[in-house]
Amino acid sequence: MNKKITPPERWGTRLGVILAVTGSAVGLGNFLRFPGLAAKYGGGAFMIPYVVAFLLLGLPIALTEWTMGRYGGRHGFNSTPGVMRAIWPRRITPYLGVLGPLIPVMIYMYYVFVEAWCLGYAVQYLTGGIPSSTDPQDYKTFFNAFVGNQQDGAVFNQPFNTALVYLGICFILNFWLIYRGLNRGIEWFCKWAMPALVLCALIVLVRVLTLPANPEHPDQNLLNGLGYMWNPYREGQSLWETLADPEIWLAAAGQIFFSLSVGFGIVITYASYLKDNDDVALSSLTAGAGNGFCEVALGGMIIIPSAFIFLGPSVVQNPPGTFGLGFVTLPQVFESMPMGRFVGFLFFFLLFLAAVTSSLSMLQPAIALLEEGLGLGRKASVAFLGFITAVGAGFVIYFTANYKALDTIDFWVGNVCIYVLATTQVILFGWVMGIEKGYEELQRGGEIRIPRFVMYIVKYISPVYLLAIFGAWVYQKFIVDFYDPDTTSYLEQLADDRVVQFSVGLIVVTAIMFTLLIAQSVRRWNQLEQAQTEVKI
Amino acid sequence: MTGAGWIVMTLSVGGITALLAWCIWKVVATPGATEHLHTTAGDIDTGDN
Repeated sequence: MNKKITPPERWGTRLGVILAVTGSAVGLGNFLRFPGLAAKYGGGAFMIPYVVAFLLLGLPIALTEWTMGRYGGRHGFNSTPGVMRAIWPRRITPYLGVLGPLIPVMIYMYYVFVEAWCLGYAVQYLTGGIPSSTDPQDYKTFFNAFVGNQQDGAVFNQPFNTALVYLGICFILNFWLIYRGLNRGIEWFCKWAMPALVLCALIVLVRVLTLPANPEHPDQNLLNGLGYMWNPYREGQSLWETLADPEIWLAAAGQIFFSLSVGFGIVITYASYLKDNDDVALSSLTAGAGNGFCEVALGGMIIIPSAFIFLGPSVVQNPPGTFGLGFVTLPQVFESMPMGRFVGFLFFFLLFLAAVTSSLSMLQPAIALLEEGLGLGRKASVAFLGFITAVGAGFVIYFTANYKALDTIDFWVGNVCIYVLATTQVILFGWVMGIEKGYEELQRGGEIRIPRFVMYIVKYISPVYLLAIFGAWVYQKFIVDFYDPDTTSYLEQLADDRVVQFSVGLIVVTAIMFTLLIAQSVRRWNQLEQAQTEVKI
Repeated sequence: MTGAGWIVMTLSVGGITALLAWCIWKVVATPGATEHLHTTAGDIDTGDN
């Protein structure tokens, strides 16, 4: 254990922490998932439930996470279990925060692989490795071979698979930055990566907004492409009919939730490194606005209009999933576009930067627990976490057939656990800490005044909204899908599929490991507090 | 694109851009937002002996 008295780690600048939180939130979802959902759910009509979810769910939860994090930091805690213990000092409380380190670490195990795809595609665009073809199947074949999703172990069976090389580069980069610490690692990287990301996106945006109409199909032009993204109704359906569909509200709330990275246990840890009177009100609003800008003003203007011009309405009416849209559909679009190779490089490079800033934030919560709970030094914490995540990532990239392991971890951790942690957090803030104390904390050092009624949203509306969305999601995934003969529900997969069982087993084992770490941390915190009390006496 | 589409696009893209610009202005206008407020890079100790 380190015997040296070291100053607590802090962010270097206000702008740095805002860029780090924004970088954590901005990811593939902003540039691929959002436009896909908007096109699917009525274009501009999607923005109404999207804005409602931002105001009633995303922003209030983000405010609570920033406030609770700084409060915990003031009491000497940086990890979610520690912060929760500071807010509600009961024996059980730190264990309620086990999802804080568990969620980001489990998500990192597959997210780093997707990060490697982005880097790989960016390099392939520079070196000419991406196929040049008009046949969509060629792009699908290239992607399947690159990620090895035809059969389990395909990535390892090939003599020199580049995906593994890119994965290694991403792992080394992430852990090197984490080892350098908050200030010299995460903050330093985000301070140049975020402006670079926005610059790349702006160049791609200018290219898209100056595209000529498709010469073979003059109707497939920029204005009609923008119309597909922003006209507030579908063909043959009014705005009100579109909004009457509950699915659009569910999809918008889910997008806001995942896009802002609320409920991940990340913002709490990041905010805990602020000083006592550093502003959280303006910082959280700025980070949310930065994320929204990347999503709406950049992501919303690039993908759908360009895909419409070159591939036609059939693709944008029923866009493929996030991976299909990004790694199969878009390369076809870039291939048809003047200067497409360069634009393709810029686009995948910006996705890579977005992925690195997100994956860094996934490592810090566990590092915080290891350092403050067990008293480990940075080298030991990084080595320990590196080993755990390498084992988990190895599992995910071995079981690549149909992304089964990735999909299962995403389902149970990236959906179920996130809803549970977010609900726990708002209840802890609104009902345990209390909205009076919570508001006082929020406004401490605040550079803007948050209206008091926001606290009532946090206390009453956000938990109900969350539970309603979670209830509807559970009903869809566990009941409707279960009785649908054409769908294999996740419960059926859990009963029958070996890879799904292994993946859930990995989640359970990791959860047990973090629970034991928390138990050890609690013992250490109690001893330290007892020693401090004795010194005072 | 229809007139309603133009309105939605302008409100969405313009609204979020204006909000971000206002937030950045408020942050940058605060003294010390871009300076080292708390610690310098050299102060950070990894805790390793």
